[in-house]
Amino acid sequence: MSTSDAMAGSTMRSRSAAAAGRATVGAAYFVGGLALLLAVWWLAIYVASKNPALSQFTAFGPAPAFKAIPHMWESGLISKALQSSGYRLGMGLLIAILIGVPIGIVMGRNRRFRELSNSPFQLMRMISPLSWEPIAVIVFAGWNSAIIFLIAIAAVWPIMFSTAAGLSKVDPAWFKVARNLGAKPWQLVTEIIIPAIMFDVMTGIRLAVGVAWIVLVPAEFLGVTSGFGYTIEDARESLEYEHLMAMLIVIGIVGYVLDLGCQALIRRYSWHK
Amino acid sequence: MSIRGVEINVHGLGYRYSTRGNPTFTNLQLQSRRGEALAIIGRSGCGKSTLLHIIAGLNRPTEGVIEFDGKKVDGPSSRWVMMFQAPHLYPWMKVSQNVGVGLKFARWPEKEKAERVNEALRLVELQDYADVSVQDLSGGQQQRVALARSLVMEPELLLLDEPFSALDAFTRASLQRDVRSIAKKLGFNLIIVTHDIDEAILMADRALIMAGAPGKIVTEFEVPLPDPRQRQDKDVQAMRSRLMDAFHSAAGKPTGADAHGEEESETDSDSVTQHA
Repeated sequence: MSTSDAMAGSTMRSRSAAAAGRATVGAAYFVGGLALLLAVWWLAIYVASKNPALSQFTAFGPAPAFKAIPHMWESGLISKALQSSGYRLGMGLLIAILIGVPIGIVMGRNRRFRELSNSPFQLMRMISPLSWEPIAVIVFAGWNSAIIFLIAIAAVWPIMFSTAAGLSKVDPAWFKVARNLGAKPWQLVTEIIIPAIMFDVMTGIRLAVGVAWIVLVPAEFLGVTSGFGYTIEDARESLEYEHLMAMLIVIGIVGYVLDLGCQALIRRYSWHK
Repeated sequence: MSIRGVEINVHGLGYRYSTRGNPTFTNLQLQSRRGEALAIIGRSGCGKSTLLHIIAGLNRPTEGVIEFDGKKVDGPSSRWVMMFQAPHLYPWMKVSQNVGVGLKFARWPEKEKAERVNEALRLVELQDYADVSVQDLSGGQQQRVALARSLVMEPELLLLDEPFSALDAFTRASLQRDVRSIAKKLGFNLIIVTHDIDEAILMADRALIMAGAPGKIVTEFEVPLPDPRQRQDKDVQAMRSRLMDAFHSAAGKPTGADAHGEEESETDSDSVTQHA
């Protein structure tokens, strides 16, 4: 054992101390940022309330919105929207993962397929997911299936490209070592490829969740009678602006929690140091 | 661990990278005794690494046959394991998982696998690092993990492709000593490809010198030195000079005292270990 071995142990201890420090600073920024957002929102509504021409905007303030949330929760409005939107989001993402990951693996492993598929995939990626809506409504029997399709087509690209990029970074020597140690072809996939690209796949899923979450709400504005988009539209039509703002807060919180969940999964599966 | 070595016979081996290209080597013959440590030395491009990959079953020869104990080698196997220049560990696995990955491929039961992994880690003096991420290890420790990963398979033959060339001089010296001593203790064969004359003398029972294009084995050299071998020993130094002469003679260069000034400095750049 050399002195470099002892240095490795010391490095590990200093890394954990630095991580604890970073977590405290991160929590302070989190709370401070939210407080700042709330202050700006409150100030904007306060300024609007002083102008008679803008006085109708007082219902959009933070106080009525936060007051409305418990009532909406008790009436089941939030949980119903969460259930419907969650189902559509989950199904859309699942389909995107089932299609995106295998195609991404083939793209990463097969240069000819990657080059052949590049132009059509890049072209399709640039089509706004919501512009598929008229076609989806014609093709699918129900609005629910059409919305799931829109989410899937929005989410599939970041997952596919991220998977392919992850695979292209895999060290070819890992395959050589594995073959040398007697790995079967399927073990190369399960024991080497999947763990090696998990970080990139999860990063792609995180991006996909962000895109899908943005597509979900406008997609629910039409045709369906449940979900976050429908609830917002319903609140606007019935002039319940505090409900509208409360639902925006809920959408923001749920989206944020989903992103935090994705970040936690990325950390869990990340081996990059 | 109970390992036995293997009788190696290579007959008429030839290889070319493409059908139209020049052969890397042709009609190559090589024999190795059971439990022997064999070094193959030569300048870059003479085909020594390619030869090692073919013996390991990672590349297919274009002609000729390789036999271990009279049986033809036709692919990679956990019975003959290769260690590369870089450790190529799997960074998402802990030390013990890296060491046990070959046993996992072979679907060993967890209990037996854990016992075998612990034994291999003890052999390379990393028993306290089983649950550590390999990314937190030094270069020398990582190469020890790669060694344990090879040893855990209880190979009959360990092939080493310049495995210590990226390490610092002290770590390299300790690994050269440890690998030879473990090989002798457990009884498996070693084939070491190196361009480091010192490494060949410290680790091998016999050295083969490869030269030319296409490459061929131009001479062989017994290294009948007792263990443990220290680079400052007079016998080691004398053997080094003789092997150096043989090496340059094989390469078609002048030998003897007149040539040493120029040639030793050239080889010194390849063998930093002599300064350790």
